[in-house]
Amino acid sequence: MGDKPIIGWKSIPLGGSITEPGNSIQRPTGDWRVFKPVINQEKCIRCLLCWIYCPEPSIHIIDKPYKTLTGREWKFSVEVNYSFCKGCGICVEECPVKAIDFIEEVR
Amino acid sequence: MHYRTVFDIPRDELLAPGHGLCGGCVAGTIVRLLLKVAGPNTIVVNPTGCVEVSTTTFPYTSWRVPYIHVAFENAAAVASGIEASIKVLQKKNVIDPSKKINIIVIGGDGGTADIGFQALSGMLERGHKVMYVLYDNEAYMNTGIQRSGTTPLFAWTTTTPIGKVLKGKIQVKKPVAEIVAAHRVPYVATANPAYFLDMMNKFKRGLDVDGPSFIHVIQPCTTGWRYDPRIGIKIARLATETAMWINWELDHGEFRVTVTVPKRKHVRHYIRVQGRFNHLTDEDIETIQKYVDKEVERINKLVGKEVIGPVVE
Repeated sequence: MGDKPIIGWKSIPLGGSITEPGNSIQRPTGDWRVFKPVINQEKCIRCLLCWIYCPEPSIHIIDKPYKTLTGREWKFSVEVNYSFCKGCGICVEECPVKAIDFIEEVR
Repeated sequence: MHYRTVFDIPRDELLAPGHGLCGGCVAGTIVRLLLKVAGPNTIVVNPTGCVEVSTTTFPYTSWRVPYIHVAFENAAAVASGIEASIKVLQKKNVIDPSKKINIIVIGGDGGTADIGFQALSGMLERGHKVMYVLYDNEAYMNTGIQRSGTTPLFAWTTTTPIGKVLKGKIQVKKPVAEIVAAHRVPYVATANPAYFLDMMNKFKRGLDVDGPSFIHVIQPCTTGWRYDPRIGIKIARLATETAMWINWELDHGEFRVTVTVPKRKHVRHYIRVQGRFNHLTDEDIETIQKYVDKEVERINKLVGKEVIGPVVE
């Protein structure tokens, strides 16, 4: 993260205009994190509240079916994108079934 | 169509991740959900403020919709100009006249209630079809927590310090949404990100009405309000539960409280979790509670029935 080469002045567009919309995805903010949310897919009830409240957005809904140990089948999963998650913990606090663990980041 | 459940909400993200808002800043949630409602045919006008500074750090931008940054004073004026020029271009058939283009101003409380107010007032009076969204973090957070017109009573900021003489701000919060409502605009509402479906339906209604609309959204600020980032949404919810923040809408003169609170909590639940109110004694909190009681009584009288109940906890 953050070890990209700096572009030279010759390659900057006229007037310093930014030509690509939403190019802040080239700047990951995941290294701001101290604590890391981990979704427990067994407990998760797919209410999507974490996805709604995430200010980043670093929680994604992915089309990956998941079958829990008790036999319940889900058509989609919710996953955290750790290259952008700043570790604020809003998802941890708002999860109605406490399915998100907040563990210390070890690098 | 209303948003009834979480599954009705569009999945596409028009605010890219990687912006520089503080971890846990609720402004990110508000802007994300706003752009989900508005869709890609949107022009965003953004006066200087937290959202502008953090989403457009050169050479990056987090916006996937057309975006213009303007000064504090003229956000509403620029939006009026954009609206007028689109109207003309649609009349001349340069832009497809059937295309609906949303023009949204996303302003902070400093850029709306204090510095940009004359431009906003002018825009409302001229009746441009623009939606103005005010995210209210109750001080100038971007420049380092200076007091603004919407800072509440007794709140600490760097320009309302605590000492022998002062205990935070001595004036009460400016009722911006009510001042806007006095302009007789078609749609005015106050919203809370903790009640996101209510907030998104208000954004949708604001974009649908013919004429100016104004949505005042409370935004807990982890840096300026001095709390742990993880309880941001909880604090926003407490604001409504204690009736410090009342979610209402005024749709063509019809007043309605959208989130009713049958049993409200004492304001100390809201105040004691925030570091900016740490210096308050129990008597000071009672002063705030009396002020809130008066507000609730006024709102109940305005609606004609008891929409916000008595204090129980």
